[in-house]
Amino acid sequence: VTPEVLDCRGQRCPLPVIALAKRLPDLPVGALLRVLADDPAAAVDIPAWCRMRSQEYAGSPAESAYDVVRLR
Amino acid sequence: MFVRTGSGSVCPQRGYGAEMAYLDVATAAPLHPVARQALLAALDDGWADPGKLYTQARRARQLLDAARATLAELVGVRAEHLILTPSGTTAATLAVHGGLIGRRRYGTTVVHSAIEHSAVLHAIGEHGVAVPVDRTGRLDLDAWRDAFAAPGVALAALISASHEVGTVQPVEAAVEAASVAGVPLYVDAAQSVGWAPVPGEWSLLSASARKWGGPAGVGILAVRPGTRWTTPYPDNQREYGSLDLPSVVAAAASLRAVRAAAGRDAARLRTVVDLIRDRVSATVPDVEVVGDPVDRLPHLMTFSCLYVDGEALLHALDRRGFAVSSGSSCTSATLRPSHVLEAMGVLSHGNVRVSLPRDIADEEVHRFLAELPGVVAGLRAEAGVTGL
Repeated sequence: VTPEVLDCRGQRCPLPVIALAKRLPDLPVGALLRVLADDPAAAVDIPAWCRMRSQEYAGSPAESAYDVVRLR
Repeated sequence: MFVRTGSGSVCPQRGYGAEMAYLDVATAAPLHPVARQALLAALDDGWADPGKLYTQARRARQLLDAARATLAELVGVRAEHLILTPSGTTAATLAVHGGLIGRRRYGTTVVHSAIEHSAVLHAIGEHGVAVPVDRTGRLDLDAWRDAFAAPGVALAALISASHEVGTVQPVEAAVEAASVAGVPLYVDAAQSVGWAPVPGEWSLLSASARKWGGPAGVGILAVRPGTRWTTPYPDNQREYGSLDLPSVVAAAASLRAVRAAAGRDAARLRTVVDLIRDRVSATVPDVEVVGDPVDRLPHLMTFSCLYVDGEALLHALDRRGFAVSSGSSCTSATLRPSHVLEAMGVLSHGNVRVSLPRDIADEEVHRFLAELPGVVAGLRAEAGVTGL
C-alpha cells in the first residue's frame, strides 16, 4: 500500500506538526500518513503529538520520514 | 494560598524595571543582597594577592581561607578539597577532564545521563555513553547499572536535578551502582546546591555561584579524598591563574545566606510552582506540563504549548514583562531542540521554562497566570491553528 505523503521538508517546527494535524483528519481511520520533515525537532514532536492526540506513531521508515496512523 | 516574603522583583533597584518579572534564575539569579554587601566590602579589603607576605596580602589570604571554608562546609567537604574556578563551566570541564586523566589506566568512557548540561556534554566529548531517562526526566537506573558492565569506564556523570525540567535524580543509587564497578561519580549540582547538599558518596561535585545569587565568574569543584582525579593544569596546579577574590567572598556569603533560608523559601516556592503547574494545565489548551510533579527542584517548572513557535512565545512574554527561557529549537543557536526534552520524549516546540527567584511576589505570579492563556491563544490565532 502506498501511504499518503505529506511533504514538510524545509519547514521549521512547529509547522510540520501543524500540517500533520490539519491533514490527518482528511484521511479515513486506519490510514497511514507519511510525514517528510527535515527539521530535527520533528523527530521529537511528531511522536509527542501522536501521544497527546491519541494517534499512532508508526516509526521512522527512513531519515526525515515519520509514519502516523489515524486511530480516531 | 502563599505568602509574599520579600520585596519582589517589582522593586526597581533590582535593575529590571517596574513591570518586568524575572523568571529565569536557573540561568542566572539576580545578585543576592548579601552577595552585594560582601562584594563591596571585599573590593576594598581583598584586592591584594593572597600569595604574598605583606599585611594587605595576609588580609586577602584570610578572606580567601574563610570563603573557601564556608563553601566547602556547605557542599560537604574539607576546605583543602575545594577548588575555585572562574566559572561553573570551567569547574564542570575540570571535573571531567581531571577525572579522565586520573583514571586513564582504566579506560576513557564516561557513563552519563542523557540530560546532562551541555557544558558537561561538551567536556565529555566523544567519550560518552548516554543513559536514557523516563518520560518525567528521571534516570533509568537499570540501564545505568548495565552501562558499567562494559569495559573501559573511567568516570560517571550525573546532574543532581535537571536544569530544564527540575526532576531530581537518584544520585545515591547512581553512586552505589558506579562504586560497585569502582567508578567515581561526578555530580553537576549547579541547580540544587543553593537548596541543599547533595546526598551520597559522590567523588566530584561542581556548581556555579551565579545560580544561587552569587556573582558570575565563580565556580566550585569539590574533589573527595581518595578520588582518582588529576589536574590537567601545568605544574600540577589545581587552581590556575588569579582568583577574583571579592567575587569568591560574595559567593560564599550568599551561599550561606540562601542555605539558611532554604527551608522556608523552598516550602513557599513549592506551593507557587504547584499553583503554576495546576493553572497552566487548566487554563491553556493543548499544553504539556513536563517533569516530575513531586520529586523536583522547588523553584522550576516547564511546559510546552502545541502548535506554538517557542521563539515567538518568548518574545510575546517578554513584551508583557516576563523573562523566561525555552528549550525549543528555534531559540537555540544550533536550531536543534533541547536534548533534555528529546531524551524525555516530550513536545519540544512552544517550550517555556519558568524558574522563580526566591522573593518572587505573589502579584507577579498571578499576573503571569492571568496573561499566559491570552498570549498563547493570540499566537495560535495568528498562526491559524486554533481548534486543530
